[in-house]
Amino acid sequence: MATEIDERAERKAVARRFEAERPRIEFGTAWEYAPAPEAADIVSIEKRENLFINGKFVPARSGKVFETINPATEGVLSEVAEGGAADIDAAVRAAEEAHRKRWSRLKPAERGKYLYRIARLMQEKSRELAVLETINGGKPIKESRDVDVPLAIAHFFYHAGWADKLEYAFPRHRVSSIGVCGQIIPWNFPLLMAAWKIAPALAAGNTVVLKPAETTPLTSLALARIFQEADLPPGVVNIVPGAGETGAQLVNHPRVRKVAFTGSTEVGKLIQRAIAGSGKRLSLELGGKAANIVFEDAAIDQAVEGIVNGIYFNQGHVCCAGSRLLVQESVAERVIQKLKLRIETLRVGDPMDKNTDVGAINSRMQLDKIRELVACGVEEGALLHQSSCALPAKGFFFPPTFFSEVAQSHRIAREEIFGPVLAVMTFRTPDEAVEKANNIPYGLSAGVWTDKGSKIFQITSKMRAGVVWANTFNKFDPASPFGGYKESGFGREGGMHGLRAYVELS
Amino acid sequence: MSALPSLLDLSRVPPVDQVGIEERAAGLARRSIKKEAKRAGIRLAMSMLDLTTLEGKDSEGKVRQLCRKAIRPLPGDPTVPHVAAICVYPNFVAIAKDALFGSGVKVASVATGFPAGQVPLPVKLDETRRAVSAGADEIDMVIDRGAFLSGEYDRVTEEILAVKEACGAAHLKVILETGELETYDNVRRASDLAMAAGADFIKTSTGKVTPAATPPVVLVMLEAIRDHYLATGRRVGMKPAGGIKTSKQALHLLVLVKETLGDAWLTPDLFRIGASTLANDLLMQLAKESTGRYQNEDYFTKD
Repeated sequence: MATEIDERAERKAVARRFEAERPRIEFGTAWEYAPAPEAADIVSIEKRENLFINGKFVPARSGKVFETINPATEGVLSEVAEGGAADIDAAVRAAEEAHRKRWSRLKPAERGKYLYRIARLMQEKSRELAVLETINGGKPIKESRDVDVPLAIAHFFYHAGWADKLEYAFPRHRVSSIGVCGQIIPWNFPLLMAAWKIAPALAAGNTVVLKPAETTPLTSLALARIFQEADLPPGVVNIVPGAGETGAQLVNHPRVRKVAFTGSTEVGKLIQRAIAGSGKRLSLELGGKAANIVFEDAAIDQAVEGIVNGIYFNQGHVCCAGSRLLVQESVAERVIQKLKLRIETLRVGDPMDKNTDVGAINSRMQLDKIRELVACGVEEGALLHQSSCALPAKGFFFPPTFFSEVAQSHRIAREEIFGPVLAVMTFRTPDEAVEKANNIPYGLSAGVWTDKGSKIFQITSKMRAGVVWANTFNKFDPASPFGGYKESGFGREGGMHGLRAYVELS
Repeated sequence: MSALPSLLDLSRVPPVDQVGIEERAAGLARRSIKKEAKRAGIRLAMSMLDLTTLEGKDSEGKVRQLCRKAIRPLPGDPTVPHVAAICVYPNFVAIAKDALFGSGVKVASVATGFPAGQVPLPVKLDETRRAVSAGADEIDMVIDRGAFLSGEYDRVTEEILAVKEACGAAHLKVILETGELETYDNVRRASDLAMAAGADFIKTSTGKVTPAATPPVVLVMLEAIRDHYLATGRRVGMKPAGGIKTSKQALHLLVLVKETLGDAWLTPDLFRIGASTLANDLLMQLAKESTGRYQNEDYFTKD
């Protein structure tokens, strides 16, 4: 026994010496980037933000407010009115009346014009929207500027085009609107999710009551101001911030005809239970634990970029994040070595700095959850790799992290962490890769990396996931449907499939 | 004679995904380089410059004038560093050596039938030896692209080995002429091949063919250098050349180096920029940084 321990210690010492003598690449301070902060004074945030009901900003009937903060500084940005049962009721009634009297009767081409106008106004205010999204949500300004805001605008433009062409989307059917849509969106892409939900609903002639997430209400309210400026008829879109309770009141309101929810699988199941038998339509876009499969014949450096983009984009707060990496054993060591190097060059810190790659975790609650699961990964015996970057003293930050030597049975390989944490596992054959990738209750997205075209088709056709990317990751387009298999939800958003959720066909 | 198998296993050369590499290079182009970072970057770029003149009308007078510029790019301001090297045809090596004596600026000479490389090997070797004996510190050779594209990798390798031997103590830069290789896979393969054959530097282009040193091509080569270093412990240098005219381009190149190879390569010993007109744009941007205004181009010497 003693000799066995000695031998193991010796092997470890040899491995350490070998590691120390290996060539190393140092990313240091030889030439540093100066701070490049985006100007924040382009936005003015009201000390008190109200609910947007029937075209007007009004306080909550209860007078209740909650604070919304900047997760990068923990400073309070504003007090926001918290919608209660009476507010939800007022909003739904306003939406119902707007649907009955105006919006569903409007010529479809006129609805399209409103949507075009909204899109153009968003373009004009794109810098304000990007700054606001970053201040309130913690995501890097380069992402809100280059991804969130342009995509949100693209969704309005895209759906504006459909407004008067619905018969072409659903040939041989009479197409009509559904009525009031209750929409609940998450905090990871606040403006983009609002656009994903509102644009198709309006294009198809429905009206909306939207509840933004508790931690990120500000860009939804900025969108409300744009609706006012675009002269959108009162009541067509109502925005009622609040927490879970507010959402439950919206879901359960008898006059809501359709519920659309993006968020956790847990809450999705509650909603499905709550509205069962009510005749309400439902679409759910829930959690994920996507696998990125890297084959030995892949372009390894570009695959590493894709892996990094897949898990560290938006601090990993992405339902379709590539949070599991399945890498073929023959290249596993190389991929892990490259990944270790690559996370050292991710710039973590002030989200408003144009050079920041990874910003702030959205909330303390989420940070605690990430810490808990990472601690669990260490305890379960996986090998932790973390960027050596310094973290700001204030605000919610977590360094880019990945685990190697992860087993399929580890919690970090099963549960959605929703943070910058990747679980790396290995496989030997394509069949094993497919089996492991599919062996999870989720099925939102997946990635396949190989230089061999035929292999792409073989593997992607076997993946039980709504979106499968090949040799790329996290690519979105309004024309492309997005949604899940299994516990990642049902219903699609985007494209003609997405429109289907917002029309009545006869 | 087949030297190749022991030097480089071609089956181990990884493929390069076009969309991915272009996306990554474009992403790094969005780094915001301002204030102190910009000033330091411009000085660094100046110190890495291979100030080049490679024209049929080159003359002793032209080369001597360029050497003055190399030693003191901004007259009256010693805080602007001298460039790394002067790059000339073999005929002007002795003149440049003389003009640069004691300055610390090196003399680089193109050789091996620059720019096409379509001359017999003995001629290439002879040209190399003559340039070295005239005092060249560095030799910029071109590979035989015809041989490379027809799959004669052994021949390309053997030529590099032979030229390397002819260089003696002089440093060897191997020009791939990436514009003629066309694909990123070819660029990666040629990079690996040149490094395995002993190149001290790999260089993108002659400057006579476009496209030349595009950011994705540079990135492919930097990644090849990184992998070579991690596998062998040998640090190979990098020299983009051709079409680099602005400070913005130069700073973007430094970003690519910083985020791919790290600090060790941010030195003229391992990174060079081959250019003929970049120097004045660097000076102009530097003046703009200190005064807040752009100067008239006639404030900078055209050499």
